[in-house]
Amino acid sequence: MSVGTSSKHDSGPLHVTGAARYVDDIPTPSGTLHLAFGLSNIARGRITGMDLSQVRAAPGVVAVLTAQDLPYANDVSPSAHDEPLLADGTLHYVGQPVFLVVARSHLAARKAARLGNVSYEPETPILSIEDALAANSRFEEGPRVYAKGDVESGLSAGAHRIQGRIDIGGQEHFYLEGQAALALPQESGEMVVHASSQHPTEIQHKVADALGRAMNAVRVEVRRMGGGFGGKESQGNALCVACAVVADRLKRPVKMRYDRDDDMTITGKRHDFRVVYDVGFDDAGRITGLEFTHYTRCGWAQDLSLPVADRAMLHADNAYLLDHVRITSHRLKTNTQSATAFRGFGGPQGMLGMERVVDHIAHHLGMDPLQVRRANFYASGGDISKHGKSAEANTTPYGMPVTDFILQDLIDQLEGSSAYQERRTKVAAWNAKHNVLKRGISLSPVKFGISFTLTHLNQAGALVHVYQDGSIHLNHGGTEMGQGLFTKVAQVAASAFGMPLETVQITATDTGKVPNTSATAASSGTDLNGMAVKAACETIRDRISEHLGGGAVFEDGMVVADGRTVSFAEAVKSAYEARISLSATGFYATPDVAWDRIAGQGRPFYYFAYGAAVTEVVIDTLTGENRILRTDILHDCGSSLNPGLDIGQIEGGYVQGAGWLTTEELVWDDTGALRTHAPATYKIPCASDRPEIFNVDLWDGEAPEPTIYRSKAVGEPPLMLGISALLALSDAVASCGEAYPDLQAPATAEQVLQAVKRVRG
Amino acid sequence: MVTFLLNGETVQAEVSPTETLLDFLRERQGLTGTKEGCNEGDCGACSVIVTGPDARPLAMNSCILFMGQLHGRAVRTVEGVSGPGGALHPVQQAMVDHHGSQCGFCTPGFITTMAAAHMNGATDHEDQVAGNLCRCTGYAPIIRAAEEASAQPVPGWMADAAPTPESDAPYPSPTSSDALAEWYAAHPGGTLIGGATDVGLWVTKQLRELDEICFTNRCTDLQQIEQTEAGLRIGAACTITQVLEAVRDLYPSFAEMLRRYGSVQVRNAATIGGNIANGSPIGDSPPALIALGATLHLRKGDARREMPIEDFFIEYGKQDCAPGEFVEAVTIPQNPDTLRCYKISKRFDQDISAVCGCFNIAVNGGTVTGARIAFGGMAGTPKRASHVEAALLGQPWTTETVASAQSAFEQDFTPLSDMRASAEYRMQVAKALLQRCLEDSEKNPTDVLEVRP
Repeated sequence: MSVGTSSKHDSGPLHVTGAARYVDDIPTPSGTLHLAFGLSNIARGRITGMDLSQVRAAPGVVAVLTAQDLPYANDVSPSAHDEPLLADGTLHYVGQPVFLVVARSHLAARKAARLGNVSYEPETPILSIEDALAANSRFEEGPRVYAKGDVESGLSAGAHRIQGRIDIGGQEHFYLEGQAALALPQESGEMVVHASSQHPTEIQHKVADALGRAMNAVRVEVRRMGGGFGGKESQGNALCVACAVVADRLKRPVKMRYDRDDDMTITGKRHDFRVVYDVGFDDAGRITGLEFTHYTRCGWAQDLSLPVADRAMLHADNAYLLDHVRITSHRLKTNTQSATAFRGFGGPQGMLGMERVVDHIAHHLGMDPLQVRRANFYASGGDISKHGKSAEANTTPYGMPVTDFILQDLIDQLEGSSAYQERRTKVAAWNAKHNVLKRGISLSPVKFGISFTLTHLNQAGALVHVYQDGSIHLNHGGTEMGQGLFTKVAQVAASAFGMPLETVQITATDTGKVPNTSATAASSGTDLNGMAVKAACETIRDRISEHLGGGAVFEDGMVVADGRTVSFAEAVKSAYEARISLSATGFYATPDVAWDRIAGQGRPFYYFAYGAAVTEVVIDTLTGENRILRTDILHDCGSSLNPGLDIGQIEGGYVQGAGWLTTEELVWDDTGALRTHAPATYKIPCASDRPEIFNVDLWDGEAPEPTIYRSKAVGEPPLMLGISALLALSDAVASCGEAYPDLQAPATAEQVLQAVKRVRG
Repeated sequence: MVTFLLNGETVQAEVSPTETLLDFLRERQGLTGTKEGCNEGDCGACSVIVTGPDARPLAMNSCILFMGQLHGRAVRTVEGVSGPGGALHPVQQAMVDHHGSQCGFCTPGFITTMAAAHMNGATDHEDQVAGNLCRCTGYAPIIRAAEEASAQPVPGWMADAAPTPESDAPYPSPTSSDALAEWYAAHPGGTLIGGATDVGLWVTKQLRELDEICFTNRCTDLQQIEQTEAGLRIGAACTITQVLEAVRDLYPSFAEMLRRYGSVQVRNAATIGGNIANGSPIGDSPPALIALGATLHLRKGDARREMPIEDFFIEYGKQDCAPGEFVEAVTIPQNPDTLRCYKISKRFDQDISAVCGCFNIAVNGGTVTGARIAFGGMAGTPKRASHVEAALLGQPWTTETVASAQSAFEQDFTPLSDMRASAEYRMQVAKALLQRCLEDSEKNPTDVLEVRP
């Protein structure tokens, strides 16, 4: 059977030869026009005038549009209709699109876009958390609060109580393919859009609104993205809408792609967070009460910030049973890029807050942090009878029983396979002999909730055709951004028909084939679309089976029914000639999830995915320079559909997570301008930054819930394994003295050096 | 017409000399395998293989490679890495087999860079691909693929020979320093373009039009490195790759700093003369050359002069260089190697220094008998730490001396804060690097890159 094998990425041979087509590679009809935005160069103010005469006069310019030129909705927001495509009189951040240049070439458009002369009345921008709190500048009426138990008495119930704070930087997606879109006007006002988007249906919706048309007039196609990571969930709306509006207006094909600096200046990033904590605990490190306050800069528009901040709260417990806990979350509105989805979607920030607390407790008690972790874990499999409590007590701060917990066993295994204890001893011995360089080691767990917290998004559709020659055509609502979704889903289809993978033709995601799709996000792509495809395939299979007399078995390219064995192609031909439909849709809706985000109660997640990592680092106490030496990971993909692809997600997720917490630093200046808007200044990991020893294993298990072939989602959870890198750095710094390192993120060399100085007093 | 070989076929292109090869490939040739990732030479998605008259295949960033640099060169893109009939190159096959591509957008650049390394027999894979960013894989499968492919032979179809164009380049592209001197004296307002790793960004990012330009990459006499009586004389048009190879055994610490100066693609294009002449306060080679006591050779027309290299840098944006005058060479005097170079940046590879400190400290009988210390990133120019030098000279080379000399950095430098580091950190690090220098000389491990798991 195809599922469970490490089939190669379906596009691998196309990737390596340069034949794989991305939006900017699609051959365009002659006369295609190109766009660029003129951008705001102030963070906040009111436009008092716009002189665009030089822009219009620039070579190659065909038209220049401002907000007044937009015929219908001036709105590219995925949520609250608060994000105009072009500034409508007020400016909200440095980099906000103000006007739109249409030119004969990409370069001509870029050049002209710099010639705009916008006058404005500046206002004092709200940039920092402090600015926003002082101005009460926020989304929603006030902070959200989720709570369980009696926090005040819990905090004072332990023998110990500490407070602290960690500032966690944001993160630029740095998908290698920048945002891009191509709009092709059709004969009677319909629009075809080629998008680099994780959310074709939303593109369809926003384009339709912008054109004053119904959704059925717009068809969006996405073959692949050159990386997404959440950055193409909503951030592509602006380009697609701009292209469609101009294409509709000028009746010409229109393409837009952001230059990298524009991309980083305009688009949203991972939310930066401040997590403040107050924790009570006993001598064994068992937490008696915990209060978290989250502050996050959401930027100028709401975008997806509410569910992001919610998910941070939903992961504030990470892997630990907290009897008395309160999480307060402030979603602050600032004059910066509108922070958006990014792999983990708030989960990483919430989880890091919790892991920071554990690290701090362990330091305070002089314990191995792993002991503190074990003292606080949820009970395995939901059995907490050893705590003398009922199963219902093994619940998250939002009231969801944890019934599938495996980290006790998983970590026992990883502790052994990584030789964690022996290496801790060796690290201490090494540090005793070295005065300049210091090593550190940490083991940290991940428990990540799988499902969209907006419950209705947990649905997917598929369309499968079997042609009369026995070939299979596959389509579903998920998008391919490199994660191997198309390969995995094709494996599902191949398995359903008992056919080799090569017989399944993978096709571009297309809103004309499968409608009303959810974003490929929340790690849900395979879970949802795999199930929908399976359902479609089974419908066709059942029809063929019934035609052959029932009870047919599809295996190894053959169909066995009624004592006869025929090839799949013969069975299909026979069904076709008997006038049996060989096309079917499939649909899936995740069962059992229900969530009240205002009350903070319910079951937002169908299940949890687990994993743990051990990272060892070395730091230079003179300069703060640091590096990862070795990483060991054990991760839970349930019964993996494709171990090769899953390990790829884990390796890549870890390095991306470690990058977030080490070298990747976003810097804004006092005017609100982002100073790190290109790879020259924003440093994602490169090859030598990956751990020199990098052991990744899959946990041998299966999902308790009936997911697609009992596999588990893998897109986001491994990113948070990178938290172990930050904690290992903290461990290394802690070896320099008595005080707690209080290491902030990202732990650049500069941050590490400051922490060393703090510890040395 | 710019004449060059593209995937084995002769191309004669009528183009602006500052059109980038990337745009030419994608927009005129329909070769969309080569990708634009950053348009500034920092991500490697646009990497191609360029072979010059020396027949050595070099990975380069096509996004900041001007068409004017290609006259008489051979270019191989990802489309030309697979063989006739679509046969996969060993690095292509290994990348597929090891799940080395996920989203695939960076992959063509990795393939060309890895194929160039494969042809050159390079097995320092991490360094070979340091200029190629991948956001999906975490690099592990890519390095595995590179290791596997390195055992396979180079396919015959990869052989490229640089063509000899029948006509001259259709723009100033002198083939000797005399011709260059003549052109520049006549066009003192012009721009000399060496590897275009800096000027390229004037075009792709600042969107500037450059009217009077002259390419130096065919001045073969400026690409020589020779031992003279005065020392190691390095022609200004030598690439960083050439310089690195020349100093690898003489000044290993300088060589390691040059390895980290930029990726393979950048080192293959950037020239030592450009790195000096642009006067950047964060160029990495000047501090080392200052610490080595190098002499800079300038030329204008037939007039030549020389000076200690530190005197060339007057203030930010201002060099002791007259209109029409250019850097012809730099000479490193022959001395025992006591140089230690320290490059501090957010990322180890392919990153601009926050601080680059170079220490050339001679110790005899426990006493400091010579000290030349220079820094980048600490002032408006690459600058000597003369107060620190004075505080060390004649003193015992000890922790106490270092501790007391550290405060002299505050007399030498008033660094700024920017996105790379705060002023405070720069000052702390400058002081700390003096201590590192001492620890190093006592063989006390200080380099995290040398620690094995």
